[in-house]
Amino acid sequence: MTSETLLLYGATLALMIGSAFVIVGVLGLMKFNDPMTRLHAPTKVGTLGIGMLLLASMLKSMAAGDASIHELLIMSFLFVTTPISAHFIAKVGIHLRACDTPPSPTQDDTWSTLTTPQKNQQSAV
Amino acid sequence: MARAFDWLVPRPLLTLTLAIVWILLQNEITAGMAVFGLILGIIIPWGTSVWWPDTPKGFRMGKMALYSLVVVRDIIVANIEVAWIVLTVPNAKLKPGWIVVPLELKQPEAISLLAGTITLTPGTVSADLSDKGHCLLVHVLHTDDADAVRDEIKNRYERRLLEIFE
Repeated sequence: MTSETLLLYGATLALMIGSAFVIVGVLGLMKFNDPMTRLHAPTKVGTLGIGMLLLASMLKSMAAGDASIHELLIMSFLFVTTPISAHFIAKVGIHLRACDTPPSPTQDDTWSTLTTPQKNQQSAV
Repeated sequence: MARAFDWLVPRPLLTLTLAIVWILLQNEITAGMAVFGLILGIIIPWGTSVWWPDTPKGFRMGKMALYSLVVVRDIIVANIEVAWIVLTVPNAKLKPGWIVVPLELKQPEAISLLAGTITLTPGTVSADLSDKGHCLLVHVLHTDDADAVRDEIKNRYERRLLEIFE
């Protein structure tokens, strides 16, 4: 068995694992019934799923004899931006009171999302 | 000489990172691209330094590399755990909850790194920061013992970050 075949087998395996994780992520997004728990499925399962798909792309390009390293960059950008978008979605959830009210912080007055002036909101925390 | 170096490259790590990113973007390593990456790495921190006045002084590269390895390992474990929860735990039995993590970290950079780590690892998403920045609000997908999760975040990640940013 040549190394090229081995690399292709590796790429296939990575593709399969990656797609499995992406499917689980989508299932989680559909299954959970509250915005905060829904947020968990795509942020976690998406990173490894897409990471594996990118690994497959790298292995495939290596097998074709033209190694590509763009994927590393995509992966690192993804890892840097995923928490930020998750953070913003969570902030919107807290702001719109779409989830359970969070407990008040132990050291400061309140959460920064809740410090904005509130009109038309009865439930003060 | 040292002063000239400080003036030209106020943030050596950022310069190096930008140069590496540029080379990765080109998808091939040639001397010309490396030099151009270095030029970009000098110009960009110089032009944007107005927007980040207080950069952390101490930053331990070796400990950061070790921390990244721990986080990557945790991300893989987390993915399998969360996938298992998605597939096996019915909605009625799911126990989501909020956790308040009191922070010992002071620098904004360190806190954002901790929040990012929390979002990427086992069933937790960092949702909010308290108004003066001393507590972090974390949402957990499924847990029986919220205090144990908080202690794990503090022991596993925050302790290491305290060592990285001294």
